[in-house]
Order: sequence, then structure tokens, then C-alpha cells
Amino acid sequence: MTDVANDGMRAKTAAVAKKGAASQARHLDERLGLAGGVRWLLNYIFPDHWSFMLGEIALYSFIILIITGVYLSLFFVDSGKEIIYHGSYLPLRGVKMTEAYQSTIDISFNVRAGLVMRQMHHWAAIIFIGAIGIHMCRVFFTGAFRRPREINWTIGLTLMLLAVANGFFGYSLPDDLLSGTGLRIAYSVFESIPIIGTWIVYWLFGGAFPGDNLFERMLVIHMFVLPLLILGLLTAHLVIIMRQHHTQFPGKGATETNVVGTPMWPGYAAKSGGYFFMTFAVTAALAGVAQINPIWLYGPYDPYKVTTFAQPDWYIGWLEGSLRLMPNWETHLPGHMIPNAFFPGILLPGLIFNVLYAYPFIESYLTGDKTPHNLLDRPRDRPARAGFGAGMLTFFFILLIAGSDDLISVFLDTPLQLVVWVLRVLLFVAPVIVGLVTYEMCRELSKVPDGGKRKRANIIVRTADGAYHSVPSEPHPADEHHELLPAPVGEADLPVLVGAAMTPGRGGPPLTAPSGTVGSTAPSGIPGVSTVTRDTPPAPRPQRGLLPGFGLRRNRRPGNGSGGNGAGGGGGTGS
Amino acid sequence: MTEHATPVADTDGFPEHMEIATANPGRAITVIAVSFLLSIAATFVLGWIYTQGGNPAIEGMMLAVVFGGIGFGMAAWGKWLMPKGPFVEEREVLTTEENQEKFAKTFTRGQVAIEGRRSVLLKLLLAAMGTMTAILLFPIRSLTGKNPDKVLYQYGSGWKAGSQLVTDEGKPVHSDDLEVGGVLTVFPPDSGDMAMDQTLLIRAAAAPLPFNPSATPGGYVAYSKVCTHAGCPVGQYQAQFGKLLCPCHGSTFDVLHGADVVFGPAPRPLALLPLMVDDNGYLRAQRGYDEPLGPGFWSRGGVR
Ligand code: HEM
Ligand code: FES
Repeated sequence: MTDVANDGMRAKTAAVAKKGAASQARHLDERLGLAGGVRWLLNYIFPDHWSFMLGEIALYSFIILIITGVYLSLFFVDSGKEIIYHGSYLPLRGVKMTEAYQSTIDISFNVRAGLVMRQMHHWAAIIFIGAIGIHMCRVFFTGAFRRPREINWTIGLTLMLLAVANGFFGYSLPDDLLSGTGLRIAYSVFESIPIIGTWIVYWLFGGAFPGDNLFERMLVIHMFVLPLLILGLLTAHLVIIMRQHHTQFPGKGATETNVVGTPMWPGYAAKSGGYFFMTFAVTAALAGVAQINPIWLYGPYDPYKVTTFAQPDWYIGWLEGSLRLMPNWETHLPGHMIPNAFFPGILLPGLIFNVLYAYPFIESYLTGDKTPHNLLDRPRDRPARAGFGAGMLTFFFILLIAGSDDLISVFLDTPLQLVVWVLRVLLFVAPVIVGLVTYEMCRELSKVPDGGKRKRANIIVRTADGAYHSVPSEPHPADEHHELLPAPVGEADLPVLVGAAMTPGRGGPPLTAPSGTVGSTAPSGIPGVSTVTRDTPPAPRPQRGLLPGFGLRRNRRPGNGSGGNGAGGGGGTGS
Repeated sequence: MTEHATPVADTDGFPEHMEIATANPGRAITVIAVSFLLSIAATFVLGWIYTQGGNPAIEGMMLAVVFGGIGFGMAAWGKWLMPKGPFVEEREVLTTEENQEKFAKTFTRGQVAIEGRRSVLLKLLLAAMGTMTAILLFPIRSLTGKNPDKVLYQYGSGWKAGSQLVTDEGKPVHSDDLEVGGVLTVFPPDSGDMAMDQTLLIRAAAAPLPFNPSATPGGYVAYSKVCTHAGCPVGQYQAQFGKLLCPCHGSTFDVLHGADVVFGPAPRPLALLPLMVDDNGYLRAQRGYDEPLGPGFWSRGGVR
């Protein structure tokens, strides 16, 4: 049923329907001059590699946070005023609580779809920060932070900090027992900063803990100040990426001066739009089945109520861990003191982030490499960097584990003391070991030619004088890929579909290239990139779909590709 | 690396790069269509559940199908039915020396305006802008109210000499109220700052404790409940060991020896509230705390 003639008919019908849109586009372009810029955008190439999606997941979860957050803010009450609960959740009837806590209970039980929105918001926050973290690892281990991208590395780190801060403020808004305890700790940690610490906490809390204006201030920070900062920096992040273009892995004709992959329009737009909705779907599914932060079980915050097994969200957990592992030192100066919490709570994260901020510059100083890079490293090709990164991650994970040392002690039925001491030792030993092992592994891996690229046996050969070396075996015939070399995207346009033409032939030169230029030579001259050359203009052929590439043609494999029209028109699988 | 010949013209003149990626478009279309249809169906189910009063689990799952159907369909469309490429584009050159020179010249246009004596103006302008930032201090000061360091020093000042020990409901505590091993959170009457005044009353023994018999009548001992580490309420009393545990980071205090720190990050013992029993048998404080309570801060200075 999808024979050629039929497809042509469909195209014409669609063309009629599209005339309106096309003429509007023309009106806009004549007033704003968009065609050039937008065409640049549509041609923008995204390299094909799964790891480039991590940053996008972060972006999409931020959008989810804004949407669900606005919904929550319609019902949340930012007040620390104490009331007695008389609402619909029976176990808490008659209990003293703040209006903030009460409104969160109401969102959970009385607002329709409120609980799902709350849980989506919380899950999205966790995914958001997690995606930023993994995205950061990708950038780090592949060397994407190198010149000219140091600025975006810096912006990314700042985004990470702001996101963590905003997550913490959000977590604290409901004023339940868990988050209140977390706030108490955070208060003490910031209070511990020399000279300005006490002023900072008074500034935020409006007085000594728990403070008078906390919820009003936190809400403004949580839904206005920090999100706006994040939005601004995110925009800068993306604009800089567009200006510099993505990095890419070597291979498939990729060089330092080009980008190989899928253009924004239409392939990438469809895929990426799809991933946006899928991020939304995963968040919604989690919100539906995985309960998170059931504040009605924790009860309202009361400064003298004790919690057990308080576990913060993961992005705060490592700081909790560093507080727990710190020995009980305190520094006394004449008339002053630097409290214990300052060292693990402020100094350590401060140092870590400063090292991270400085890393691109440290590395280029150590390697003497000041040249710009657009091609990525495979992690194994930079053993020292990979080792350092793996060590840092290990350090982080041990702190994260230490954040639950009480649970571990109960679970393993071991005294807490022992757990803490083991973790204290591990904190310094394990990163070194992991770093060295990673370093060694990378060096071994990078010695194997094409190792890990395709599943191919390496044959160990013993030479006459007793030495061994490995030789990759012949590829299996079925493994052979019929790989196209990349075609220059600007030249890859198809003849303009009737409906999409912006100039319906009423005076003025056509805005789009005549169909005769399709696939004409690409004067690229770039090493490694072959060009598509064709001297005969394509024969006029019936349109086969609504969009370029929608012609529903079978993808010829090598061997049966010579089927020509037979294979081409043979979308006849029907449905 | 890739040494395949460049596939050029197709037999029928359709650029091979523009062909779709899947070998089986019929099936791809079916799958994608089903995916979109599922999404539409889920929206209706969601609407129905919503009007029936809602159910978080079903709402979440239906939202997942609504978004997932669209998402999967779009991604699959992009992956299977769009030009398979790959395509290549040249990076724009970020800048050239010529560009930079031209920029420098243009910028010089403005520099002329600040030559000679006029350069003083520029310095003054910068100075004014620098001092201007000082006005940021005003809102900070307004937000903060009092000088925190002075206030912080009076933490726990709800306790005075002779203050009665009362529960959070205001009930006075009698010296017969607790069994040995029992604990109770107490406050001074009409405490204005329960967060800081909170004090843990423990009956650690039947007789005054050897480490400070005059402050622990009848084996009753009272410590500030605010942890000296990060301020959590220290509330887990392990009677058989005489140890008090902070739930936040596991600091452990020795109740029988002035709340000395036996383990954990807490740097100082909990402050002791010396107790006495009045003529009617009720517990009272001999005097208030004699040090700032809770975690340290910069100007805390002296340590006991
Ligand atoms: C920038 C990223 C953001 C992060 C990481 C974040 C994180 C969080 C978290 C973890 C909670 C606690 C939810 C709970 O379990 O109750 C929360 C609550 C809340 N958030 Fe956000 N959020 C962000 C952006 C926003 C935005 C843009 C808005 C509004 C425009 C918003 C409005 C709210 C409100 C009103 C609450 C309290 C309601 C409640 O607790 O039920 N958030 N946020
Ligand atoms: S607050 Fe008590 S141990 Fe940290």
C-alpha cells in the first residue's frame, strides 16, 4: 500500500495543508530575518554518543522541577506559625505543628494529585543532581574540560553547588522532624565559620535557631533566587556549548575542526524530545511507586525531639559522613575558637571544590598542553587523570557510606566505634589504592590495539625467542559494518517539498537552493572526511514522505543494496 | 581508520545518507503508533482517576505512560525513521587575530575619553562604585537584627538560680518522679527559648554521683541537651552503660563523669546544670549554666 505513487499523493495532500504555515514562516522571516540563523540551528550537529545525554537529563529534570515546583507553590504555606492540627490525617490530630508542615500534609492528602506532584518534585531533585554529577564525571574522564572549555567547566561546577544548595532548602521547607534536624546541623556548620559565621546564620534564620523568619526566607531563596541563578547559568552553559560546538570522540571521520553526528533537524530534535518525555516518565513512575520523604511519618519538627537514623538525601550525605568521621578536635585561639564542624563541614568541601575548579588549569600546567581540543580522550589514554578521578570518587563514596555509619553498625552488628575507625582509615587508603589500580588498568588497556572496540578475540602469539604479544584476530564477516563516511550537513538538503517552500515563486529569488544542487560536491578538503560527489543532478523523483528521509525506504545492506528501485520502493511491508 | 569506500550516488539518485536507519519501517511505524496510542489512552485513564478522587500510585503510573508513550515514540521515530547520516559540519573559527586587532581599535575610541586629567574621573568612578557596595551591608544588618555574638553568649539563659525543672507541658518535676535509669526533658518555667533551654534530666543512680555529689542529689543529674558538636538534641540514654548518645553523628557522653566525650566528633562535654531538691521535694537548679551552650562559634573564646 505504500507504493511510490501513493506516497506522492500523500505528500501533495500534506503540501496543501502546509501552505498556511509556510506563508507565515515567510512573513516572520521577512520581518526578523530568521531563516539563516534557524537554518544554522537546524544543521547544528550533535555527536552520537550516549554519554552526551547525561547533561540533557539534568536539563530535563530541571524543567520538571520548575513545573512541579510551581504546582507545589500554589498550595505551600511559608509560615513558621504554630497551630494545632485538625485536618484529615487522623494520627496527627491535636498535634502542635507549623503551618508549613500542615500545608505539606495537606498537599499530600487533600490536594488532588498533590502527593504525586510532591514526590515527582523530590525525585526530580535527586535525578537532577545525580545527572549533573555523572555528567561531570563524563566531562572529567574524557578531558572535555580542556581548552577552550574551561569556562563551561567552571559554570558547571557552580551549577552543581547551586543545585545542591537548592535541594537542601527544598528538603527543609516542609519542617518535618528529619529536615528540621538537618537544618539544625546546617545552622551549626555555618555558624562555625570564623568571624562571619554567626552573622551568616543570623542573616538567614533571622535570629538564633530556629529563628523567626526562616520559612519565608527559605522559600524566596528556594523558588526565586537560586532557580533564577541556575536558569541564568544554565543558559550561559548552553550558549557557550553552541558557540564552541560539542566535543566528539575520534573516529568516523571526526577531526579537530569538524563535528560528526546527527543534525538537530529532524533526527536529533525527535530523539531529544523523546528523551525529555522519557525523563518525565521515569520521574512520574518513581513518584507513583517509590514513596519518598513521607513527612507525615516523621512528625513535625520539635527542637527537643530526637530522631534516629536520620539520613539526608544523597547529595548531602557525604557531608554528613565527613562530619561523622571527624575526630573531636576544636581549635582554640586567644579569645576565639574554630569549632569542630568547620573542618569537615566547610573546609573539606571548600578544598574539594577549589581543586575541581582549578583542575583544568592544574592539568594543563602539569602536562604543558595549552592547545585547544575538540577531540575527546578515551579515559584509558590518560591513566593519570583517570586514576586521580577514580581516587576522588572513592573518597566521595566513602564519605557517603560514612553518612550511614549507624545503619552499617546495626546491620553488621559491629560497634559504631569500629565502623568509624575502619572508615577513617579507608578514607585515606582506599582512594590511593583505587587510583593506582585504575592507573595501571588504563595503561594495560591502552596497550591493546583497538581493545574493547569490537568483540574480537586477541590471539596471544609466542615468538621464536619466547616473547609474547597479542594480535587481534580477523573480524568475523558478519561483524563488518557498512559504514558511511559523514556527509557535509549543509549540502545534504533535499529538494524542497512543495508545502515547505517559503517562496511560492512570486518574485524574488528562491530562498532555498534549487533542487539541482542536492548532493553536489562538498569542497571540504578536511583530512579524513570524504565528500559526496555526484555530477549528475538527481533524477526528478516523486516525493516519498512528509519530511526528508521519511521516504520509508529499506536500508540496504551491503550485498543486496544493488536491488535499486526494487529495494527502494519496497516499503511494501505495509502495516 | 574507517577505510570503506565512500558510497556515493545511489542507483536511483536518492542520497544514501538521507535514508532511514531501520530495515523494517513497517514494524517501526506500528510500534511508534502503538506507543502514541498508549499515551492517549493513559491520559484518559488519568483523567478518570483524578475525577474519582485520585490515587497517587495509579496517577504516577499513568503519568509515566502518558509521557513515556510520547517519549518512546519520538525517540524511536528519531532513531529508526530519520536520515541515518552520519553528517559532518565544520566548526566555526572562534576568532582571528584580525578580529582582535579591529576590536582593539574600536575599543580605543572610548579610551580617548579617559586620557590625561580625565583619567582621574575614571578612578573616582571606580572608587565610588567600590564604596557603593558597602550599602549591601545595610540589608544584611537589617536582616540580622542584633549582634549575634552578644546574643549567642546568653544561650540557655532561661535557667536562673532556683529555677524549677518543669516538663514541656509545664509540670514541675518531683524527686520521686523518675526511677533509676529514667530520663526526662526539662525546661525552666515559661521558657522563652525551648530550643536552647532544653535540658536532659537523668536519674543515673539512687544516690549522688561521685564525680560531683553536690550537684547530683539523689542520683539525679542534668545536662544541656544541645550537642556541643552540631546542636542536635542528645537523647539516647543507655542506662546499663551510663552513656548518652547523640543520634546525629554518634557522639557518646559519659553521664557518670560529667558528660565527658568518650567517642564521636563532639569536642566538649555537655554543660552541667547543678541540681538541688527544694523543701517540697521538687527539683530545682542551683544556678544557671555558666557557659554558652551547644556548638562553638568564633567569638566563644574561653573554654571551661
Ligand atoms: C532548582 C532546582 C530545585 C530543587 C533541587 C528542588 C528541590 C526540592 C526538594 C528536595 C523539596 C522537598 C520536597 C518534599 O519532599 O516535600 C522541594 C520543595 C519545594 N519546592 Fe523545590 N526544588 C527546585 C526548584 C523549585 C522551583 C523552581 C520551585 C517553584 C517555582 C520550587 C518550589 C518548591 C516548593 C513550594 C516546595 C515545598 C512544597 C513541599 O515541600 O511539599 N522548587 N524542592
Ligand atoms: S550533633 Fe551531636 S554528634 Fe553531631
